[in-house]
Amino acid sequence: MGSIRAKLLPPALAIAFAVLLCAVTLLFSGSSPLEALGAMVGSLGRGTTAVDVVNTATSYYIVALAAALGFQMNLLNIGIEGQYRLAACVAAIVGGAVTLPFGLGVVVTMLAAAATGAAWVGIAALLKVYRGVSEVISTIMLNALSFGVIAYLISSDMFGELRGNNIGTPYLPESSRVPGFSFGSSGTVFGMVLVAAALGVGYWVLMNRTRFGFELRASGKSPTAAAAGGVNAKKMILVTLLISGAVAGLAGLPELLGRDHTFSLNFPAGYGFTGLAVALLGRNNPVGIAFGALLWAFLDKSRLALDNVGVPSEIVTIMQGSIVLSVVVAYELVRRVELRAEQRRVGGQNPPGSGEPRPVSAGGAV
Amino acid sequence: MTSPVPEEGTGHDAGVPSDTAAVPAVRLSGITKRFPGVVANSDVHLGVRAGEVHALCGENGAGKSTLMKILYGMQQPDEGTIEVEGREVVFRSPADAIDAGVGMVHQHFMLADNLTVLENVLLGAEKLHGIGRRARARVSELARRAGLTVDLSLLVEELGVADRQRVEILKVLYRGARIVILDEPTAVLVPQEVDELFATLREMRADGYTFLFISHKLDEVRAIADAVTVIRRGTTVGTADPRTVTSRQLAEMMVGSELPSPETRVSSVTDVEVLRVEGLTLRSEGSERPLLDSIDLTVRAGEIVGIAGVEGNGQVELVEAVMGMRRAHAGTVRLSGVDLTSKGTMARREAGIGYVPEDRTRHGLLLDEPLWSNRILGFQSRRPVSSGAWLSIEGARTDTTRIVEQFDVRTPGIDVAAGALSGGNQQKLIVGRELSGDPVLLIASHPTRGVDVGAQAGIWEHIKTARANGLAVLLVSADLDELIGLSDTIKVIYGGRLVADADPRSVTPEDLGAAMTGAGEVGTDDGGTDDGGTDDGGTDRSTRGGDR
Repeated sequence: MGSIRAKLLPPALAIAFAVLLCAVTLLFSGSSPLEALGAMVGSLGRGTTAVDVVNTATSYYIVALAAALGFQMNLLNIGIEGQYRLAACVAAIVGGAVTLPFGLGVVVTMLAAAATGAAWVGIAALLKVYRGVSEVISTIMLNALSFGVIAYLISSDMFGELRGNNIGTPYLPESSRVPGFSFGSSGTVFGMVLVAAALGVGYWVLMNRTRFGFELRASGKSPTAAAAGGVNAKKMILVTLLISGAVAGLAGLPELLGRDHTFSLNFPAGYGFTGLAVALLGRNNPVGIAFGALLWAFLDKSRLALDNVGVPSEIVTIMQGSIVLSVVVAYELVRRVELRAEQRRVGGQNPPGSGEPRPVSAGGAV
Repeated sequence: MTSPVPEEGTGHDAGVPSDTAAVPAVRLSGITKRFPGVVANSDVHLGVRAGEVHALCGENGAGKSTLMKILYGMQQPDEGTIEVEGREVVFRSPADAIDAGVGMVHQHFMLADNLTVLENVLLGAEKLHGIGRRARARVSELARRAGLTVDLSLLVEELGVADRQRVEILKVLYRGARIVILDEPTAVLVPQEVDELFATLREMRADGYTFLFISHKLDEVRAIADAVTVIRRGTTVGTADPRTVTSRQLAEMMVGSELPSPETRVSSVTDVEVLRVEGLTLRSEGSERPLLDSIDLTVRAGEIVGIAGVEGNGQVELVEAVMGMRRAHAGTVRLSGVDLTSKGTMARREAGIGYVPEDRTRHGLLLDEPLWSNRILGFQSRRPVSSGAWLSIEGARTDTTRIVEQFDVRTPGIDVAAGALSGGNQQKLIVGRELSGDPVLLIASHPTRGVDVGAQAGIWEHIKTARANGLAVLLVSADLDELIGLSDTIKVIYGGRLVADADPRSVTPEDLGAAMTGAGEVGTDDGGTDDGGTDDGGTDRSTRGGDR
């Protein structure tokens, strides 16, 4: 549990530490840290960057939720990358093929994406449950496979069409597109941001208010205690991975439905791995993940601003890496301090030597 | 585990051991060690003469292990001094202790299975004699001394438990230890191996080695030790001469005088069958060796059936098969006439089985989660903590408060993490939880293992009350006094079969101990002897039996 302070302190410390580390790195490379920071923050002032950050964060948020679902029960769904790209591809094909009244087209497209994501991870889930294959290995291999499957699907022999030197699926009809919130010259925030927020709420409710969520968290915290408590481990692995894959399947949709309207060769890649980092950063907490996604997107977008002032933009990669590492360390430190404090509090209830006898080694053994 | 015996005064003076030898091999004075919330050792005094086997006795959680970790440099005392062979020393790490000639053999072996015996011994001590011929010669010589007869180039994974233990001893000898701490060395051994180990210890003692022997098996202590120091609630309560003291007197020193009794003498057994197990058979994976062999068992309403046995004889498997955590290969499990054989753990729990697991931290609790969340575990499909697919947080919190009050769980609130509670309070929480929801059968595995005397009495009381209200209880325990005191019927399990029945009204711990080793029927006459040949009431083969 822990207080608000215990929740906010570690990420704040971690970010401060990462900033410090990057400042030192910049100094060594002969740039001015202050100038760099100024350029990064200053870029936010320009509306286009701010809108870009929110739009990218939307996708990051969804992939991170997918990763967090797995993390909660110690499943590493490395295959989010393949799931969201394949799902976006299939959704683009399905959405482009059907013309339905407005709204319905979007729903069908989203269902197609979720189903594809779930089906793709389902292969890994079945392999794990029935053959004991580590989901890490199988999902990595499925990632590689997904590239081939996508290339096949969007070839002009199948569903793709050649456009200049690019190849992609046919454009989605108007009824399958999701309008955004226009900010004039600054750009348009994807309408899918609402879907992402709804997924966040749904994730919280699922984890904290349902029997399924409880069993999921119990399986993650102690598989043995969960088994003794009647949790069916195989079923949990299967269902959790399927949900994770379905959520991952939605991650490509903000771009697809809100801006590109086609799945082409330049469809964004790499979100899957970002999602793992963001989920770590947000500690599997939906609000934390939102902040993590925004921070990550901001750092990504500030590359451009750094280039403009002549600071190597690789500094952003260093910063992202050091933030994740420091967050993990900081949370572990705070967790230990908190547990220590709690034990002391519990111990204070009945001080040694007074009242009922108590096992003397309990504190040491825990 | 304790062997609780009726209240009586201790027969021995508490005080600093008097040492007759000029310079004691080890002398601990005024050692105090505090952990957050608890004092693990307070003002401990211990003197060990050179060339003796000195036993350190105490119940689980009395502070033996902490004390030995201090002597071995794994932990630093907050107060007090350590003297080794007359010189005061400060150990910052086990390496310091080894330099001073103190070595420790842990209860759980720390060997690399895929290395040979020789490699295991040399690993980390290459500086002493290198890794060549000189080292091998030295190891062979010491191996003879430690009674290790196997080829040094064998892989450790090919060795049996007793030989692995010898390798551990060899490791500390090779590093120059003259004072060896043995942490419950007999816990993993069968009786013949114990005898062989003792023979080796006697020979090595004659060679001038000093042993600190940690145990709570009183008969073994009396068989091997030259002196016994008893530790209770973190402090030394006295020393005794094993030649003159009886096991009972030692037990009294270990547990103090405010002993509760587990006895339930008014029978409440009905003829309503609750649990009926028939022909239950479980084979180990990949082999035909049965872990459980055609177990037939009936538990009636209001009856406590105790299962006695040396750990590793199928108790864990029996409990897990009845709980549905393991699938039996043959046989049926019925609860109140309903066939549960093909049902999973959840369905069995819903049918009315409560389960107090052997290892509360691994199987009973989510340590990071608050108490109210732990109340939900195992009950997530039932009121008051859930309704259908939704949890009822309010219901869980209210009911946790009830358990905390009714079962006297000492906690500042229901929002603290379960891992912050002491073992006894964790166990009370589990017992309280498992007795919720009106179970018809309670499966209790070592329900009072590692809990303090106060919590033990409370848990016994709750089990007795539930039994009086018609609960059927399947009790597995290594504490023979607990078994004899609580049970209406005792069955002895050996090699996966129920080999004997005993009547708790007439059987003695000694008879039961003999039956548990497969010696045959439980004798009802020819009362117990105290000759050290059988396990005492405190039999506790291994605290982690059944880990997989």
